[in-house]
Amino acid sequence: MIGLRAARDPSRRRVTLVIAVTVLAVWIASALFAGLLAPFSPSAQLPRLKFADPSVHHLFGTDGFGRDVFSRVIAGARPVLTIAPLAVLLATVAGTVLGLITGYFGGLTDSIAMKILQSFAILPPLFPAVLAVALLGRSTTVLVVVLGFAFTPLITWTVRSATLVEREKQFVEAARLRGESTAYILGREILPNIAGSIIVESTVRLADAVFSIATLAFIGLGAAPGSPDWGAQVADNRVNLQFAWWTVLFPAVAVASLVISVSLLADVIRERRSA
Amino acid sequence: MSLLTVADLTVAYRSPRSAAAGVVPPAVDGVSFHVDAGETLGLVGESGCGKSTIALAIARSLPPTARVSGRINLGGTDVATLAGASLRQWWRSDFAMVYQEPQSALNPTMRVGAQIAEVLRVKGLDRQAADREAISLLERVAMADPAAIARRYPHQISGGQQQRVVIAMALAIRPQLLVLDEPTTGLDATVEREILQLIADLRAELSAAVLFITHDLGLVERMCERVAVLQAGQIKEHGPVANVLVAPTHEYTRELLACAIPPGRTKHNDAVLRAAVPEIEHVPTAAGSPLLEVSNVVKHYGAVVASDGVRLRIDAGQVVGLVGESGSGKTTLGRIITGLTVPDEGEIRLRGEVIATDLARRRSAVRRSIQMVFQSPDSTLNPRHRVRDVLKRALLKLGGSRTVEQLAASCRLDAQQLGQLTSTLSGGQKQRVAIARAIAGDAALVVCDEPVSALDVSVQATILRLLVELQEHRDVALLFVSHDLAVVRYLSDRIAVMYAGRIVEEGPTEAVLAGPHHPYTAELLAASDHRAMDTGSRPVFSAGGGTARSAGERIGCVFADRCPQRIEGLCATTAPPVRHLDTGLRIECHLDLGPDIDDEVAGEAARI
Repeated sequence: MIGLRAARDPSRRRVTLVIAVTVLAVWIASALFAGLLAPFSPSAQLPRLKFADPSVHHLFGTDGFGRDVFSRVIAGARPVLTIAPLAVLLATVAGTVLGLITGYFGGLTDSIAMKILQSFAILPPLFPAVLAVALLGRSTTVLVVVLGFAFTPLITWTVRSATLVEREKQFVEAARLRGESTAYILGREILPNIAGSIIVESTVRLADAVFSIATLAFIGLGAAPGSPDWGAQVADNRVNLQFAWWTVLFPAVAVASLVISVSLLADVIRERRSA
Repeated sequence: MSLLTVADLTVAYRSPRSAAAGVVPPAVDGVSFHVDAGETLGLVGESGCGKSTIALAIARSLPPTARVSGRINLGGTDVATLAGASLRQWWRSDFAMVYQEPQSALNPTMRVGAQIAEVLRVKGLDRQAADREAISLLERVAMADPAAIARRYPHQISGGQQQRVVIAMALAIRPQLLVLDEPTTGLDATVEREILQLIADLRAELSAAVLFITHDLGLVERMCERVAVLQAGQIKEHGPVANVLVAPTHEYTRELLACAIPPGRTKHNDAVLRAAVPEIEHVPTAAGSPLLEVSNVVKHYGAVVASDGVRLRIDAGQVVGLVGESGSGKTTLGRIITGLTVPDEGEIRLRGEVIATDLARRRSAVRRSIQMVFQSPDSTLNPRHRVRDVLKRALLKLGGSRTVEQLAASCRLDAQQLGQLTSTLSGGQKQRVAIARAIAGDAALVVCDEPVSALDVSVQATILRLLVELQEHRDVALLFVSHDLAVVRYLSDRIAVMYAGRIVEEGPTEAVLAGPHHPYTAELLAASDHRAMDTGSRPVFSAGGGTARSAGERIGCVFADRCPQRIEGLCATTAPPVRHLDTGLRIECHLDLGPDIDDEVAGEAARI
């Protein structure tokens, strides 16, 4: 919504971009330099300071174990910004290869692949993830693979549609007349022309992945309870909401700000491409 | 007192990219003209000259990024100051426009009758009266069975019929000013002639001022009393059509006229071409050694027949023109020859040897021998590639021995264009690169599918001349597919006329033009001759629309339904004989076309 309005006016679009990049930069810095930025260790307990109000010493207050919420929110950036990009990268590579092949060849390959993808699409998006984590246990690798797998159909879909358009272009036919290999046609003729759509789609999925990781952690299937993961923090502290709102609000705002800034970035990229 | 007066009109688009908006040159720069009631002013110029911007300025439909100054006065109303309700009132009572693409002017979700009735209801008619009037308007635009057409949706009628509906909507307004923006571009020649005739008829009874925007000087000559020649947003010359086109005073008008290929001009008598490239005396290379032979090619698309037992022969170094209207199967035939489309049946021989019909199964030597130049300059080159890479790749894959620079120079591409992305080139430059790509190796045959139909007239001529030059120098044969007989006659040694998947007539260019003609060829020739316009009578409207037809229903001649010389009881029921005339013509027709050459000679002279 915000993106749509921003699109009409180039100067407003620039403001949107600056805000999105700034928020994203803050979280990337947090993920990289958590140790330098956080005043406390995320697991250090200060038993005398349980549920302390936000103050100069504890900007976001402390939680029920007397842990500094500000430090924990900063520490929570690293897992999310490791798992989400890796999962999206996996989904993008797999989805691009599948989408190019199914879109270009069409026919039986395409029908079979699309039926398989559709059968996944009818499930709630997190269902396979929940199942896999329950079966395989939780680890960074499992989360990356499971989320990457979950997002592959959506990216395949986008790449396939874009490929269906490009394969009808006369420069593709000219390449066939020249005797180019299929790999060359897919990689050098079609891919450069659909790269923009792939980037937009991947960015949208990145926002999705951040939210999915938080959701999994919230329902206890992501990070272990007690770890400084944003979703886990919200889950652990939701019972304290009425008297210690800061223990829930700040990790929740962290999730929201990252999701929104990545979404805005996707909007700006999309608008840039269509402008 | 003129009905429409435009004075000192200037339009500049504010560029969203550059902050210094003042630097952008105006699209229309101080243009003044007037049109009287009942008069038609032609506005000619190449794409980008500002002619459509002028139309949009008068229509008050410019985007908000446009900065407009100057005066536009229609029948005493200052159009530039209209706003809100008064602008809407003006739109529904005084102004109508017919656009280049009728399908974009029609609402795809509404029946065409309802769309016309909507205009009438806005003007105050009640529902029944509007519906009745809509049907009578459809009748006035020469629609056969107007009541049936009124119930159809835009996608259910042909392009020519869509344009008639748009014209009917314009009539419903009874405007003071009618703007026609390239109203026949994109229509087949025969349909174009019908639409122009209709416009000519209606103009007289409307007594509106008509602004006719086109890039085609031939149309101006037919349709307009006065003409204004536009270049880079400025009117270069302005006056009665007879003066401007016969004795142009401005250099640019002379250039435009010189660029257009007039009827009757061929590669043999084109002074501009021959000044640059002296004609090579052609020694007939080993008569009877065909380069490519297509026989009995059949291709169905579902229920539609695109190719119905086609035979065609192309000799080495020869230019064969393949003409026909859209849907006749000419593009499909070209694609079958290249292997991009695989026929259902039939055989293709290259230098006497049967070759695979599927491109993927062709040997690389065969593939390299047959190349193609495509129709759309915007899709023919990969927008992400640079010119140099396109040519380098073509030389590598097609086994060319020249350097990229030599290849570029042979197609008149500047060395500085080699580093450019193809998306930054103009349409004409793109087609040059596409031609260079096709001839990078030793192609023996290049299939050219309407390579100039999307280009400006002046650019068309230079591309055609380039094709002739390359064909003669490199001794490459061309199959030139086009709907435009004027273009085909310019460069072809032989012409094949296609209708509904059949080649109905084939022969040497002079013989095809001289006749006797297949009735369809006669129709094409009449449509392409700019002076053949007879303003008195209304032409026969081909109710059938397109030429695509369904499989399995042909028993007689493919053209029987539309043929003005149809012999009742014969043409529709009996397949026509193949006639071989002594001029080298092969015609499929029941009519008496003069004596056939006797069978023995026919066997020899029959091209295939």
